[in-house]
Amino acid sequence: MSPDGAAEHPLFGLARAAQPGGDVRTSASGPVDSPAGGNRLSGPLADPSAEAGYSERHPERMGFFTDTSVCIGCKACEVACKEWNLLEEDGLDLTGMSYDNTTELGATTWRHVAFVEQRIDPSTRARVDIGMPGMGAPSTTPEEGADSDATEVRWLMSSDVCKHCTHAACLDVCPTGALIRSEYGTVVVQDDVCNGCGYCVPACPYGVIDIHPDNGGAFKCTLCQDRLGSGLAPACATACPTESIQYGPLDQLRQRAEQRLEQLHEQGMTEARLYGQDPTDGVGGDGAFFLLLDEPEVYGLPPDPVVTTRDLPAMAAHAAIAAATAALTVAACFLGGRR
Amino acid sequence: MAEAHPVGFQWVMEAKRRGAKVIHIDPRFTRTSAMADTFVPLRAGSDIALLGGLINYVLRGGHYFHEYVAAYTNAATIVDESYADTEDLDGVFSGFTGSGYDQSSWYYQGARINPAAGERDQWNDVFGSPDPDRAASEGESTPRAEPETDPSLTHPRCVFQILKRHFARYTPELVEQLCGIDRRRFHEVAEALVANSGRERTTAFAYAVGWTHHTVGVQYIRAASILQLLLGNIGRPGGGILALRGHASIQGSTDIPTLFDLLPGYIPMPQAHPNLSLDGFVATNAADKGYWGNIRDYVVSLLKAWWGEYATAENDFRFDHLPRLTGDHGSFRTVIDQIEGGVRGYFVIGENPAVGTANAHQQRMGLANLDWLVVRDLNMIETATFWKNGPEIDEGETTPSEIGTEVFFLPAAAHTEKDGTFTNTQRMLQWHHKAVEPTGDQRSDLWFFYHLGLRIKSKLAARRFERDARQRERDRPVLELTWDYPTEGEIAEPSADAVLREINGTDADGRALSSYTLLRSDGSTRSGCWIYCGVYAGEINRAARREPGERQSWVAPEWGWAWPANRRILYNRAAADPQGRPWSDRKAYVWWDAEQRRWTGHDVPDFDATKPPDYLPAADAHGPDALRGTDPFVMQGDGLGWLYAPAGLRDGPLPTHYEPQESPLRNTLHSTQRNPARQLYHRPENRYQPSGAEPGAEVFPYVFTTFRLTEHHTAGGMSRWLPHLAELAPAMFFELSPELAAERELVHLGWATVITARGAIEGRVLITQRIRPLRSNGRTLHQIGIPWHWGPNGLTTGDAANELLGVALDPTVHIMETKAGTCDIRPGSRPRGAELGTLLATYRARAGITEDTGTEDSPSAADARYPDVSDTDGGGDES
Repeated sequence: MSPDGAAEHPLFGLARAAQPGGDVRTSASGPVDSPAGGNRLSGPLADPSAEAGYSERHPERMGFFTDTSVCIGCKACEVACKEWNLLEEDGLDLTGMSYDNTTELGATTWRHVAFVEQRIDPSTRARVDIGMPGMGAPSTTPEEGADSDATEVRWLMSSDVCKHCTHAACLDVCPTGALIRSEYGTVVVQDDVCNGCGYCVPACPYGVIDIHPDNGGAFKCTLCQDRLGSGLAPACATACPTESIQYGPLDQLRQRAEQRLEQLHEQGMTEARLYGQDPTDGVGGDGAFFLLLDEPEVYGLPPDPVVTTRDLPAMAAHAAIAAATAALTVAACFLGGRR
Repeated sequence: MAEAHPVGFQWVMEAKRRGAKVIHIDPRFTRTSAMADTFVPLRAGSDIALLGGLINYVLRGGHYFHEYVAAYTNAATIVDESYADTEDLDGVFSGFTGSGYDQSSWYYQGARINPAAGERDQWNDVFGSPDPDRAASEGESTPRAEPETDPSLTHPRCVFQILKRHFARYTPELVEQLCGIDRRRFHEVAEALVANSGRERTTAFAYAVGWTHHTVGVQYIRAASILQLLLGNIGRPGGGILALRGHASIQGSTDIPTLFDLLPGYIPMPQAHPNLSLDGFVATNAADKGYWGNIRDYVVSLLKAWWGEYATAENDFRFDHLPRLTGDHGSFRTVIDQIEGGVRGYFVIGENPAVGTANAHQQRMGLANLDWLVVRDLNMIETATFWKNGPEIDEGETTPSEIGTEVFFLPAAAHTEKDGTFTNTQRMLQWHHKAVEPTGDQRSDLWFFYHLGLRIKSKLAARRFERDARQRERDRPVLELTWDYPTEGEIAEPSADAVLREINGTDADGRALSSYTLLRSDGSTRSGCWIYCGVYAGEINRAARREPGERQSWVAPEWGWAWPANRRILYNRAAADPQGRPWSDRKAYVWWDAEQRRWTGHDVPDFDATKPPDYLPAADAHGPDALRGTDPFVMQGDGLGWLYAPAGLRDGPLPTHYEPQESPLRNTLHSTQRNPARQLYHRPENRYQPSGAEPGAEVFPYVFTTFRLTEHHTAGGMSRWLPHLAELAPAMFFELSPELAAERELVHLGWATVITARGAIEGRVLITQRIRPLRSNGRTLHQIGIPWHWGPNGLTTGDAANELLGVALDPTVHIMETKAGTCDIRPGSRPRGAELGTLLATYRARAGITEDTGTEDSPSAADARYPDVSDTDGGGDES
């Protein structure tokens, strides 16, 4: 099969891409398209689809920009996601975590809206309490009887989703090739290939992918792979009434996010920041990134995620050096012994 | 708005993106508050005090739009000298009879005027004491009289001066005292409002049932109207007062009403005056000036649409076929009649009163005392199963075998399974196409009523020889009714398109009419709803238009169709100054083109297109012709915006702060505690609680307000059965502050019981800093938020908030008060069985509740003048 043949046939491209392990191995020998000066498990990577073996004619990398500053917490994304992807209801539990009764992403929840209630000082916009997601009841105001205007309530809402990492550890560790890089640069699980080994679960630096308790397979957001080919946007982005979830070519989304950030900063919302848009971060940038109004931890997001396979080459090198050292030592012993 | 109207809220977010300041005023910090630039918490039920404070701020500081106010409102009109204000009479207006108001002292000096809405039948004013002979002989209304005015606005009895005196005591200090809003926040709101109003800028108000579900609900909206008129924010782009309707097409169901006292297009239902003829009806309901002057065209066209060839000039166009109101036929009255054995059958369609209507226990008592009950719904709602698993069964109050009601449950088709229109907040009709066929026995409402009508007609026709003369006369309105819609498909679904065309109306040749101005009273035109005339202009279903925004002007006239005449902003003549020029370039919308000699602009002008700004009517002019070229409010009897309402309201010409029916506070503004004209029902299952300083009020020390969540819809009939919604809001809960939790030892996620004189319900405790105690009238006041989506059926179940509410109504539109009440709360689940009744009896005894409690300074129900139905938004399902 020639590479040209792959370009003509998208399915072939998928099949090629379904062998990430092979790609990783070839990368160790230094192919021409590997990122300059870096290994292929971390660092900036302009085109993950090409790196996965898709021809030059593959579509642009698509992604999500979730602007939490306009999220109204309606959860239409959660419902649209479950409806389109035929995900079942997974628990009628009142959690007490503000209006969040979903709690986390999982095998049957691919969008999750977090609700964070905080006290802030309106003059400085600084947090009075951190308002991390938690199970407990909020305490009464620290200074009882103090001027009631010293603090105001801020209610943060944010729709979380699979980050579709540039360097996806889940994909890297998958032994069956069930996890693939799609032609859109997204990361997709093929449930008919997955054997349920679960290696991907601890590999994910965000805790996104999950094993389904009933059928044992791994599941997560596909960025609605089955809609993209028909020119449809993902279900969540389509349902979002306030354009908090924006879908599009990742390059455009990154530009738009920078503009939005600048606008918010001009409006005095200096606490606004982007999360996951930076190609130099620990996962090479996310395909689904966010505009947040507080530290990532406040939303339940890791502050400095790193692809868990980043250090594999170094570990391998260290192991090789260690083995060589051991071998030399042993050899030296024998040689010395002869003396 | 973000909570209950998330899709509409996208436009607020869009406005915010463009620099609009969003202010949210609510007892609770909601998802809307989270998005607002400023959140202003206030005590539930105190909004008139706040709005009055803003009105006073605008008047005192001279911030009103002087030219607009002088030209377009009734500020200059002089009021009759017998008028006395609540400020003079300690909380009541002149004319209080002890059982409502005699409104004659509220009139303008020298002129009676018919209101465009509200209480409109002016029989006694037109004809004096009921006199059938005179009514029959008198054709036209009385000659037009012009009220006296003082353009300098200085006459002590001109509306402007009355307004100033009426609101003079609504100071920031009073607002702080009554609403719990501190002065700094009040000033922030007032300054933003004033800075954002005038020639260059406009401000919009959006409200939902948080403003209407009160015993002074209409007066809340009146207060907002006064403020917006003073600021010049009506009839202009970016201005207005937007009623966010509670369900899809609730606007449609008031336009073509499910209300007992209205006909389509806001034509009043005739009252049962002796020998009322069409002439008499027109004389008592028409206005001398403005478009209500043409009411005869609208009524005759409606009668022709309904009775076709049977309606002729000789038989008064079958005006006698219309029902007559003999009194209260509203839903609360009807349910009481059911309990008393006066009602045999009941249709419940798209409502769930067993859990969704105030005093749900009372509703179920009515349901349990019928011969038959038809429930049409998507799911097996509580109204269909009350007889086997209602609270009365669970608590052992009654048993299924004791309930004689035969219940028919008929599955309904969803909106995706039928064609039709939605008419929403901005009066816009949007067509929805059937996506899939209904399955099984599911049928559309249109199918149900059409085929039911066919069967009734054929049964009556078949039995006509068995019927005596009186019965045959009674059958005629049904037998002669136009009922000829084409059907399609296996199930013979009537064509919704044909129904819309009938509503639009046709001319003498059967062609679709293009405008209500073409309707005639000679019987040559037909129209099922005059304000919808034009939706089918040119034989095109204009509600189905979906021209994308980028392919048309920013007013987007080709998306759907807005009544009347596809106008997107009502009264838009006010967008231009009296000379017809835009108030500013920035806010140009509709203006007079002097060269073309006509009104033009971005929207369809809401004015006679060729009437110049300097037009003055002849002395004998009538209807629209009697309005000057500077009278923008074309439905009003004087063409002006009413700062003061000389007629139409049953509880006063101006809004006044009263405490809710049940309040922990004494009314400190005046000694009249509650709206003295409110409507009450004195019944054992509907006991009221003491308020303020009355003994026993301390038994119910907390304020509660009911609310909706984004995740559920109304009483849950469309959401509690859906797994993907049920899991998002999976349990009934009470939202309250950490301070109240500490005071009552309530535990986060633990159970609590809320108790009123009517009921006790349990729910989980959700402690949140979003709910803050308020300082009001010198005391700390706790508020509890109670969602009302739950009931015993469905995937997520819980107690219904409506068990708590009593029935106390606004007197003009008869909406019940659900947004402000008092209660007690304590930890733990509610008792079961007989113990529940004991608990309630204990509370009532502790509070000293008798049949007279809470009924002071109010009429008894028996004396109330036509105490009737609630607004559609609330009659059954609160929204």
